[in-house]
Amino acid sequence: MSVLLQVHEVTKRFGGLQALTQVSFDLPEGQILGLIGPNGAGKTTLFNTINGVYKPDGGRITFRGQDVTGKKPYYLAKMGMARTHQIVRPLNDLTVRENVMVGACFGHENRPLHEARAIADEVLAFVGLDARADQLAGSLNIAQKKRLEMARALAARPHLLLLDEVLAGLNPAEIDGMVQTILKIRDQGVTILMIEHVMKAIMNVSDRIIVLDYGQLIAEGTPQEIASNQRVIEAYLGDPRMAEQLMEEQV
Amino acid sequence: MKQWLHPGFWITFVIVLALGLAPIVTQNASIREVMFTILLAISMAVSLNIILGYTGYVSFGHVVFFGLGGYLGMYLIDSWKASLPLAVLGGGAIAALLALALGASILRLRGAYFALATIGINEAARTFVANFEPFGGPTGIELHFSVYRDYGGPAQALWIAYYAVVGITLFAIVFSYLIKTSKFGLGLMSIREDEDAAEVMGIVTPRAKTLAFVFSAVLPGMLGVLFFFKNGNVEPGDAFRLHFSIETLVMIMLGGQGTLLGPVLGALGYQRLRGLLLTSDVKIGTLPLKDFQLVISGILLLIIVLFIPAGLVGWLRRRFAPLRRVLA
Amino acid sequence: MSPGTIASSIADGLLIGIVYGIAAMGLSLIWGVMSVINLTHGALISLGMFGVYLLFTTFGLNPYLALIVVAFFGLLLGVLIYLIAIARVIDAPHLSSLLATFSVNMIIIGLGTAIFTTTPRDTGFSLGSVQIGPVTLQGTRLVAMVVTLIVAGALYAFLYRTRTGKYIRAVANNRAAAELMGIPSTAILALSFGIGTMLAAIAGGLISTFFSFTILSGGIYELKSFIIVVLGGLGNPLGALVGGLILGVLEGVLPLTMPNTWVPVIEFLLFVFILLVRPSGLLGGK
Repeated sequence: MSVLLQVHEVTKRFGGLQALTQVSFDLPEGQILGLIGPNGAGKTTLFNTINGVYKPDGGRITFRGQDVTGKKPYYLAKMGMARTHQIVRPLNDLTVRENVMVGACFGHENRPLHEARAIADEVLAFVGLDARADQLAGSLNIAQKKRLEMARALAARPHLLLLDEVLAGLNPAEIDGMVQTILKIRDQGVTILMIEHVMKAIMNVSDRIIVLDYGQLIAEGTPQEIASNQRVIEAYLGDPRMAEQLMEEQV
Repeated sequence: MKQWLHPGFWITFVIVLALGLAPIVTQNASIREVMFTILLAISMAVSLNIILGYTGYVSFGHVVFFGLGGYLGMYLIDSWKASLPLAVLGGGAIAALLALALGASILRLRGAYFALATIGINEAARTFVANFEPFGGPTGIELHFSVYRDYGGPAQALWIAYYAVVGITLFAIVFSYLIKTSKFGLGLMSIREDEDAAEVMGIVTPRAKTLAFVFSAVLPGMLGVLFFFKNGNVEPGDAFRLHFSIETLVMIMLGGQGTLLGPVLGALGYQRLRGLLLTSDVKIGTLPLKDFQLVISGILLLIIVLFIPAGLVGWLRRRFAPLRRVLA
Repeated sequence: MSPGTIASSIADGLLIGIVYGIAAMGLSLIWGVMSVINLTHGALISLGMFGVYLLFTTFGLNPYLALIVVAFFGLLLGVLIYLIAIARVIDAPHLSSLLATFSVNMIIIGLGTAIFTTTPRDTGFSLGSVQIGPVTLQGTRLVAMVVTLIVAGALYAFLYRTRTGKYIRAVANNRAAAELMGIPSTAILALSFGIGTMLAAIAGGLISTFFSFTILSGGIYELKSFIIVVLGGLGNPLGALVGGLILGVLEGVLPLTMPNTWVPVIEFLLFVFILLVRPSGLLGGK
């Protein structure tokens, strides 16, 4: 299995704040890699650095065998990287269908408008938003907006999908639905890197998990290994609820 | 090609065509003068709407393209004895070049910073041209009477300028609609809604914005040539009048930014209102109503901005969903 | 050119620059607190000019006493403009607040033109002049500098020493957080807009004591204020004062090296250049 994404000693600073310190990991094609860590550990910063929103201050990022360090987000999108945002960013004044068409039109397949329309309808049905296709995106509720984020990313038919807390704020039934969706996406051959706080879900779907704490990678392994890793539990001690969830997973 | 069946396009096109034909059918020179002003306003508003309404960048100094294009065209006619069509193309070309150069620089700025920069560019151009001897410095360029002889005399030249404005305005409508319904237009609207998200989805934002800016600059550059050719002279204060830019913005706001029909109705309504106020005999106290033209326009604008920010067409589309099939 | 000429050009520039600065301070404060570019600014400067002029020529009120009246009504008018025209669009896209302030500008200029016409006015007020070596300083300009320094000092004392001033800075910093802490943001925003307006009116009043003007003159100073605000950093009121001095000196010195008409070209190019390379201004934004 070839490596799709390689992050090598990536460092990012904001003024005096060291947000990421020499983070390295490989993501083989076809896997789901979970990214966890306490709040403020630098998870979203790592996403932003991988997809080009931020330029890293050091290190190298390789995607599909090409050095993409410091490339712009649209360059990475065209190469087949798509993402969702932790705080949803719908294009409010466009319809739901148009939002998804943007993904298909400008993602790496670069589809013309009429093909994008067909793809959008297909993807909207896949995430269960087909009934709302003609509504303005701004009128959706939060769970629907999360699905829209997902649909937009999927419409690009990416090689790599970055999911930033797509389960946050959803009720248990919605979480189950979303987890099923994620597994289906993986089965279609899309590699996934996901940030998640819902421990049970990420332990279930991830092939492997990496853990960030204060901008450093402190652990890497299978869900079972992570759940029993002493450093990881310590990192979460500041957050007893999360630590408890983590301990439950050890059983 | 299904988009060409949309009634919204045809409604707009027919309105403009009817306006354009009115003086031609009646062969009435005073109606022609009124329509010249209205069509000029429409095509300026439709052009500005590409960068403002579709892309979401507030260009306050858009008149710089009108002024610079007009100046170059007048210079070509006056000093190089260029024909009017060539001068018009020259005006469009210089406006496009300026937009391209600016696009690479000031379009990096967002929101209010961009708006401020466009004001600065326009003022820099105005003060520069006032010092630029080939363009006649502070007094500008005055066409010699004999220039019009090639066009069958001044009276005929005015008709020719008018036909050209009708043509450009119709083209502006088709062009604007083409952009709005294209993949490129979808990209522009994504930038308007959320530029960072648009980049993440793969839209090459610097290129799209620059292209939109160029598209919104070309026609104003050409219109400037026709306007000043018709007037017979151009000077810095007229060519780069910031107030003209802002009036164009007001028209777009009135009609509805980001729509095809909105800028057309906005320009038409604004110019008609202006005309009515200026020719009215009504008096407020001892002062004629026309002295209050600016006040009334200001109050009207304030009401629109505060209560109907989507403009007339935007409001109609939002309020009555079925109208979305009819109005573009 | 003699050192004397250069010295008087710099002195003139500094004296006029500091008045530009107080006008720009108003613009900068409003931008800093609520991210609104106030396009009414020029009209308000004009109103300040007419206020001092009318009080002086009709009632014979000393221009500096008239300035106090003008400042008070400026504050009031600003609060009113905010509540009527801006409060509703404060969270809307930039275009809305730009056009809201511009529509108020149209109303004021329109009324002003209808009532006062555009014939130039002159207060015809003089305080003589002071001679220091080769440099002649107009009395009115010296007083204007003193007034400006007092006003700027008072503004800083207000912003940094009073509870209300701290509220203003808190709202400027993070309005949502300030609201959560129970700061009445609408009142604070209205007050800030009022203070910004007051500063514009004061600047106008001062300028009317040494230049002739029309209702449209404020527009010129509005453009200058834009340049200054960008020089000094958008939203940094003290920077505006320094920016004003820089612009004043440029306007004093540049004409010695080039025709007068090239000066605005340089100013506007500088303006665009600074926006491009350092949008936070030479002295840093808020």
